[in-house]
Amino acid sequence: MAMGQRSSGGRGRGDKKAGDKQQGQRRPMFRRRKVCKFCADKIDDINYKDVKLLGAFVPERGKILPRRISGTCAMHQRKLQTAIKRARQIALIPYVTD
Amino acid sequence: MIVRQYELIYVLPPDTTEEQAGELHKQIEAVVARLQGQVERTENWGRRKLAYEIGHFKEGVYVLEVINGSGELMKELDRRLKVMDQVIRHMVVRVDEEKKVVERTRTKRQSESERRRVKRGLPPVRQPGEGRGGDNDDADDDRFDGMEV
Repeated sequence: MAMGQRSSGGRGRGDKKAGDKQQGQRRPMFRRRKVCKFCADKIDDINYKDVKLLGAFVPERGKILPRRISGTCAMHQRKLQTAIKRARQIALIPYVTD
Repeated sequence: MIVRQYELIYVLPPDTTEEQAGELHKQIEAVVARLQGQVERTENWGRRKLAYEIGHFKEGVYVLEVINGSGELMKELDRRLKVMDQVIRHMVVRVDEEKKVVERTRTKRQSESERRRVKRGLPPVRQPGEGRGGDNDDADDDRFDGMEV
């Protein structure tokens, strides 16, 4: 069987590195694959009235959560942005909180 | 006249009575009727906490009206609401265009999935008990923890 030697799985490289470089590679960087919540859950309509949905993208400070952190796709981030800004106008979501 | 759909949302002071809200609604309805529009539906959300203080109010009564009418009508309503001092905040949003887009993507997605299913030799609609167990297998994973960069 040709595949027999790969019995240890796909983690061979990480295992070896852990031995010779103690500090640098001790904790393997684990990144969860980020997916756009709106694409995954098939939410078509990002509405300014849906405070519960928007609230997840507005951290304590009141700023809009960047795409790089939430993983939202460009199209949905744009729609989210207008929705949050509308909700702010009508005092459903704060502009700032300190 | 071009008929479009708008949402008018306004906030009244927390001590507003039902009658006062009703009276304002009637006034709005009169303006809408005068300019050949119609109020499709009205939602009273009741008292809600404001996210920030407006004037000295910390709470407000939210009312939402879905109105079919012309841009002129909404302009007039906007002007009137700006003048009224019993309305502490209001906003007009045009919704018909977005609604259309949402509708289109939804039907497109559905027809696409049906087409794919038929191609695979399956009935076009998902049968109960088909595929992996639950529909929301990562229901507890919908909130990101903010720490992943």
